[in-house]
Amino acid sequence: MDSENKITSWRNYQKKIADDHYFFVRSCIRQTFFPGSERAFLTIMRDVLGRDVLDDPRHTSCTGIAYHSDVIPLQTIMTVVARHFALMTEAGYSNFLVSCVTSFGIYNEILHMWEHHPEILAETREHLWKATRREFQVPANVVHTSDTIYKFRNEIFAKAKYSLTSRNGESPLRIAEHVGCHYAKIFPDKGEGGAEFPKVLSGMIESWGGEVLDYPERRHCCGFGFRHYVVRENRGYSVANTRKKLESLAPLKPDLILANCPGCTMFMDKWQYTLGEMEGVTFGADGRGIPVLTYEELAGLVLGMDPWELGLQMHQVDVEPVLKKMGIVYAPEKKYLNAGGQYIGKPMVPDYCCL
Amino acid sequence: MSVNPKKRVAVVGAGVAGIAAAVALKRAGVDADVYEKESGPGGHLTRWHALFPGRENAATVLQGFLNEVKENRLDIRTGTLVTDIRKENGLFRVTTGSGECSEYGAVLLANGFRLFDAARKEEYGYGIYPRVITSPDLEKRMEDPATGLLIHNQAPKKVAFVHCVGSRDAKVGNRYCSKVCCISGVKQAIAVREQYPSCEVMNFYMDLRMFGSGFEELYQEAQEKYGINFIRGRVSEAAPTLDGSIQVKAEDTLLGCPLKVTVDWLILLVGMEPGIPGSLHDSLGLERDDAGFAGCRNKFLLPGYSSVDGLFLAGACAGPATIPDSVNQGRAAALSAIHYLNGKV
Repeated sequence: MDSENKITSWRNYQKKIADDHYFFVRSCIRQTFFPGSERAFLTIMRDVLGRDVLDDPRHTSCTGIAYHSDVIPLQTIMTVVARHFALMTEAGYSNFLVSCVTSFGIYNEILHMWEHHPEILAETREHLWKATRREFQVPANVVHTSDTIYKFRNEIFAKAKYSLTSRNGESPLRIAEHVGCHYAKIFPDKGEGGAEFPKVLSGMIESWGGEVLDYPERRHCCGFGFRHYVVRENRGYSVANTRKKLESLAPLKPDLILANCPGCTMFMDKWQYTLGEMEGVTFGADGRGIPVLTYEELAGLVLGMDPWELGLQMHQVDVEPVLKKMGIVYAPEKKYLNAGGQYIGKPMVPDYCCL
Repeated sequence: MSVNPKKRVAVVGAGVAGIAAAVALKRAGVDADVYEKESGPGGHLTRWHALFPGRENAATVLQGFLNEVKENRLDIRTGTLVTDIRKENGLFRVTTGSGECSEYGAVLLANGFRLFDAARKEEYGYGIYPRVITSPDLEKRMEDPATGLLIHNQAPKKVAFVHCVGSRDAKVGNRYCSKVCCISGVKQAIAVREQYPSCEVMNFYMDLRMFGSGFEELYQEAQEKYGINFIRGRVSEAAPTLDGSIQVKAEDTLLGCPLKVTVDWLILLVGMEPGIPGSLHDSLGLERDDAGFAGCRNKFLLPGYSSVDGLFLAGACAGPATIPDSVNQGRAAALSAIHYLNGKV
């Protein structure tokens, strides 16, 4: 592979990422599946990097999953999106910071439609006014939360306690990345590094000392695919897509998988157990699963945050092999204790092992 | 003896169209200077190994053109880039990169074409994955059987061609057909099969445009005699596997199903893009056609006549063209230039 040309390709897609003062919108599902990620993100942005981020509890789901499943009509999702922009405008912000890749795609898609069809924008303004008596400005900058971690990756590493290397620092962690489809495949210029060779996650990995693995199905869907998963009859197709990815990356023996989309992280993590139960297969080199992390969790680990504060015990595939490999000092006995020290229960079957 | 500039012609480009034009001018007794930015004449022909449809050796054909250059004592200023052409007081002032200026009564543009930069089709990974190459890359490799498509001294097992790379593609801004890639792909597929008889060869196409004499016959021969598999469907993605071979995803639009195949080499049949620099269009007021090539004044009655009086077009600078097309256009443009100098137009 010609790395120089790959870098040239990345350089063709340098997006504008605002430096400060963000209006933050959360994901619907992340707080359930990876409960520490968004909290860690806010801690990193505010306390580690000193940035101003407003987390407004009044914002709602963007309704993206329902929209992509044909449950919510276009006019409705546009009005919901307009309301979020109104909250941002009322709060005096213009940089819109999105935690979910599906939502990120939705916001960009709708802004694109409004740009090319001003009459639809005018109609949406009217709908919002009638429904809520609110008005809004379109954001000056729409970025995904992984964009900001990418932007500040070197600042983060300057304050890092650990790197993405083995305990003795001799070998880099081998990391397979998966970038959510709606991050850049809809609008390549909205993604850092474009759609074919995205830099957003690989840039973090390299800056923090890890090795990026390029695998044949790197661009393939994680298996989420909305109605593949939402419609029960299609769920086998969802699992099949995840299997295709895992089979493609397993020969490279990754230490972990890094993803930037809530759905991707969830499916690549949880379907590993499903595939174990369905077919008796695992994809990790040790006969177990391959840990899957969000980029905030990975940034948190690099910065020395407590793995259980980051919510890593909630992952389907056990992440402790990664912690051990990085030489992270942690308390295994506190894995299933909450912040108050109370036992929260643990999985009856921790993970699937085919040793 | 100095010649009246009003009776001289500048030919820009010494590819096959430029050579044909300059030879025709010389034979008619018209003084012509030929400007060529490369170090030698021949244009893209110098980079080709074999020509369609008969797979004639390109070096032999090139030598034929070079013989004509020699026999007619053409003055080809190689390594000379024309940076500016302006028409003032009925004369064309041609300026080169070294700042030298000369005046001519007429100019014949034979700048040819630029090959589409396959790296712009990012999904194919050209320039990043070493086993993804272009059709000109393949021609160069086929010149030397010791290199060819061998992998660790072993013959390739599977090779795929992708048609219409950079042509008929709104995404890259080229809606036009580059005309020669279909038959080039058929010819190259046969060449691969001939050199490596056990190699499976497949061509991914949108539709195949076999317009020229002998083209359709070669396409049939490719299927019947050489067993080349033509798959109607556009490749959506290429990715490297652990051993460096290329995993290709496409849709077979005749069978209506997605397709995934791993090949040793992926060959991109790159199209043509306009060869006349934008600065010359601007300084001359030279109009473009919808595809961006130099436009002619009337495509039925005055092909080869540009929008500028006294400025003539030949070869692929006026649109994708084969070698015989370019030669004919070069000769026709030379005749038009002579008529113009003689005041007959």
